Amino acid sequence: MDARTQEFLGYVQSGGQVETGDWMPDEYRARLVKFIEMHGNSELMGVLPERDWILRAPTLQRKLALTAKIQDEVGHAQLIYRVVEDLGKPRSSCLDDLVTGKAKFHNVFHYPTRTWGDVGVIAWLVDAAAIVSQKALLKCSYAPYARIMKKICWEESFHILHGRDVILALVTGTQEQFALVQEALDRWWEPLMHFHGNPIPAEEDPMFVWRIKSQANEDARQEFLDGYVSQIRELGLTIPDPKLRKDEDSGVWLYTEPDWEKLRAVVTGHGPASEERLAFRRLSRQDVAWVERVVLAEAA
Amino acid sequence: MRSGVIYEVFRQERKGQPFQHAGTVTAPNERFAEIYAREQFGRRQESVALWLVARDEINEIAEFPDEFDLKYRRVDGYSIKARLREARERAGTLVSDESA
Repeated sequence: MDARTQEFLGYVQSGGQVETGDWMPDEYRARLVKFIEMHGNSELMGVLPERDWILRAPTLQRKLALTAKIQDEVGHAQLIYRVVEDLGKPRSSCLDDLVTGKAKFHNVFHYPTRTWGDVGVIAWLVDAAAIVSQKALLKCSYAPYARIMKKICWEESFHILHGRDVILALVTGTQEQFALVQEALDRWWEPLMHFHGNPIPAEEDPMFVWRIKSQANEDARQEFLDGYVSQIRELGLTIPDPKLRKDEDSGVWLYTEPDWEKLRAVVTGHGPASEERLAFRRLSRQDVAWVERVVLAEAA
Repeated sequence: MRSGVIYEVFRQERKGQPFQHAGTVTAPNERFAEIYAREQFGRRQESVALWLVARDEINEIAEFPDEFDLKYRRVDGYSIKARLREARERAGTLVSDESA
């Protein structure tokens, strides 16, 4: 590592912030682009499991809330791609890489939503898992990204409340509705445990070394479990992992080790809904290409 | 394909507060920039005002050389700890658990 890069590394590791025009090592820029792009992709793909349910939501209020949530997610994607553009990768390249399967997005958006219970579980627990990661990103060494994370975190808070409200309505309804939530939780627990990534130690995680991430994957998972296991259990729901418990002495949550190979397979496009969702993105991108041409013609 | 002009967006949380940088939008012209900025930074009534400035219009100054070491004009140019301790010792007002 040359002297300038070494100095930069020391700078970010002691809390230094980097702005768009600043010099940065190629490796730092490349890792930033990949990470932030994946986040943008995830926001955009995350719309699809929920969009499915707007027309099927049980009440008008739920339809409006879902629509507003989706509006936020798309807005987040736009903010995030804008940050990536300033780092040198045009938005169109990001979208190209997304629909050709070259770029990744979060595991949870590779799974289908089978029932209204899924919609509640996603809005409540998946968003909760995401907010743990996003709070840590408020300290990202790259300042433009840290700044938009503030806005994103603020908007996510209504999403979680909406999700929890959906779940609460179901678990205080009929037995059938309760069973719907339990069944959804049974299917979503594994993707939730995968969500924060494999437990690579912070010092070995290049994202942490460059202070792009400020929290180790396992710490994020533990924080999620600390916050939400009791919230799930207090509703009378059962978490489908008999090994899940908090060790009293160490304060560490113990659980059945997730299958990390499966996570790798899912995020490389082999999840149950990956192909279908990417195909939809491809199609909708072709569909609206004329809008892009008309608007950009104004710029010419 | 050119995506347009980059506009920096500044938002004011409440009347009286400073405008703070919120992010950027790219737009072909000011009319689109306003629409996008409203959508991106105002859709939840979170700001009382937004300023949009084309990035090229911003004149950033980031170098403030201090060749003559003018710190006598700033708080960090003064270190009174040692002298204060001595003065207190002389006056007999030094509190015993004061560390140097």
